[in-house]
Amino acid sequence: MLKISFWLKRIAQLLIVLLLVTFGVSLLLRLIPVDLATVLLPVGTENERDILRAELGFDKGPIGYYLQWLGNFVQGDFGKIYFSGGTEDVSAHLADAMPRSLLLMAYTQVIAIAIAVPLGVVSAYRAGRRADKIISNTLFTLSSVPNFAIALLLVIFVGVKFAWLPTLGYVPLSDGVWEHLKHMIMPVISLSLGLIATYTRLLRADMIAALREDYVTMAASKGLSDQRILWRHVLRPSSLTLLTSAALSMGGLIGGAIVIESLFATYGVGFEVFAAIAGRQYVALQSTVAVIALFYVFFNLVVDIASGFVDPRTRDRRVNA
Amino acid sequence: MSSLLSIKNLGVNFDTPRGSLEAVRGVDIEIPAGTSVGVVGESGSGKTVMCRAAMGLLQGSNVQRTGTVVFDGNELTAMTKEQVRDLFGSGMAMIFQDPMTALNPVRRIGSQISEGLRVRLGMSKKDALVRSKELLELVRIPNPTAVLKSFPYQLSGGMRQRVMIAIAIACNPKLLFADEPTTALDVTVQAQILQLLRELREDLKMSMVLVTHDLGVVAGNTDYVAVMYAGEVVEYAPTTKLFADMRMPYTEALLESIPKIDHKSGTRLSVIAGRLPNPTDRGVGCGFAPRCKYAQEKCHTQHPELQKDPDGHLYRCWFPIGEAL
Ligand SMILES: Nc1ncnc2c1ncn2[C@@H]1O[C@H](COP(=O)(O)OP(=O)(O)O)[C@@H](O)[C@H]1O
Ligand code: SF4
Ligand SMILES: [Mg+2]
Repeated sequence: MLKISFWLKRIAQLLIVLLLVTFGVSLLLRLIPVDLATVLLPVGTENERDILRAELGFDKGPIGYYLQWLGNFVQGDFGKIYFSGGTEDVSAHLADAMPRSLLLMAYTQVIAIAIAVPLGVVSAYRAGRRADKIISNTLFTLSSVPNFAIALLLVIFVGVKFAWLPTLGYVPLSDGVWEHLKHMIMPVISLSLGLIATYTRLLRADMIAALREDYVTMAASKGLSDQRILWRHVLRPSSLTLLTSAALSMGGLIGGAIVIESLFATYGVGFEVFAAIAGRQYVALQSTVAVIALFYVFFNLVVDIASGFVDPRTRDRRVNA
Repeated sequence: MSSLLSIKNLGVNFDTPRGSLEAVRGVDIEIPAGTSVGVVGESGSGKTVMCRAAMGLLQGSNVQRTGTVVFDGNELTAMTKEQVRDLFGSGMAMIFQDPMTALNPVRRIGSQISEGLRVRLGMSKKDALVRSKELLELVRIPNPTAVLKSFPYQLSGGMRQRVMIAIAIACNPKLLFADEPTTALDVTVQAQILQLLRELREDLKMSMVLVTHDLGVVAGNTDYVAVMYAGEVVEYAPTTKLFADMRMPYTEALLESIPKIDHKSGTRLSVIAGRLPNPTDRGVGCGFAPRCKYAQEKCHTQHPELQKDPDGHLYRCWFPIGEAL
């Protein structure tokens, strides 16, 4: 029961965060010193604009406008994108872009963690020795190369020169798993290198601290091998920072991978954000940012739950929270 | 009598930013089979480092160990890490000062006890858990089934220490290092744990190295006592002999510093005035000289050699107690 009340509290906290973020964005929108209706309908008549103003709540104050937007948003009406020829639903755009971004994010995280964990374990175990120095220096060098530069190199060599992989476009899973993956490999590599460096560094530091703990000496005095001590005794209590950092980067990977999405023409949510800004589609921007915030909050919740499994002490602290 | 553990000229140096730190130097200790040997000294005198060095548990590239350690016919100091590891559990085991930090915080008690049984004795998971429960009963933990499923933070300090003892004795070791097993516990629990160790030692025919900063703990629980000061053994004698005929001024100061339970609080002397010498720069004379009430000129300029009475009583002092000046 105590735990349920903890989770209710946590969810309430996150909802408040969501409301504050979306209200903030909404307020910023109203502060832009332009007439929003004119921006959205540059060629329409004043009468048409008046109708739009009423429909979107531009005629109301900031709070009235926000409440109207929020009412629509929770009912799944994310607003429209306005063209000279007509309109398109933001929700349709997101329904197309979201799976692309979620899959790109998921692959990137899985690859980054799968590589960073063994590297972190080895470099903590060999801290200060050659293997550690090689890993640290290599990752530091790689992480100082911006991801678009890596992407360009991949395109030039893997895509064009050797023509091993397609350089452009997105193929949904339903059109064949291999085709789908082939299009994802280069974007995933470009996005994951920086994360691998970050994750390895965090895990290494936490593991080096944990290796000094008495329970490690205790484990050694039981006659366990170094391998077993590292993987079974040290890794788990050292992985909370890594987990938290992974949660934080998920939001960024969903909404912030604009450059990589454009370069490889995978056009996910990041590209939608970019398109909304470039096309001054402020309502679309507001709803898209809200959806990104929603995912961000959701992943934080997932990591909260996961840390309870990784470190049971955090579970019981919740009872007193 | 043959020695189960024989430590000769053991030295441990740590490379630190402030220079080389000599935590243990020139230590000779014999643990005859079937006996309990106390190692006593103030905090920082090198007791923990000595025990861990004996077992080969000091990790890190900044550690240097010198001297020889022979356990049960095996010269540990000439063996590989893997070979020494094979002696852990059924040969040597250790319990640690703080049962909170020495148990893995994220793993259940059951898996922490049964792990050694599985890895060292090759038991199946099921058998190891059954045995773990028996071990918890052996260390007198009520409700062992529930404790097997608990995490360390869910147990009291005394219970955790019992769990740690269960882990250490799981594979029936010949020698148990108990590094301040009661220091982190309150007085009544301390007595229970010492009682438990005494009984286990008899039932399992274990030898023991009992480390403590409290001469009072040593009194009823050991056959021999080694007193350590600033990384060296400064007095060594059978326990009864030590209390009856103390030679070393430092040991006397330790004895005087034992808190007297019947004293009103506030009147107890709990520490020896002054501090241990700087471990990175030990100076030339006797390390205890600035704090010693018997100190004379010579003490400040010459390091005392280990002296031996005809009865084997060892001490490291120019002007031992009970000697006509
Ligand atoms: N890993 C280490 N690195 C550097 N110095 C250490 C290390 N471990 C212990 N020491 C030093 O060795 C000395 C002896 O410590 P220790 O054996 O823990 O004392 P005791 O157990 O008698 O309280 C202390 O001065 C301590 O600071
Ligand atoms: S050698 Fe001198 S200073 Fe050291 S303990 Fe003996 S009397 Fe005291
Ligand atoms: Mg100690």
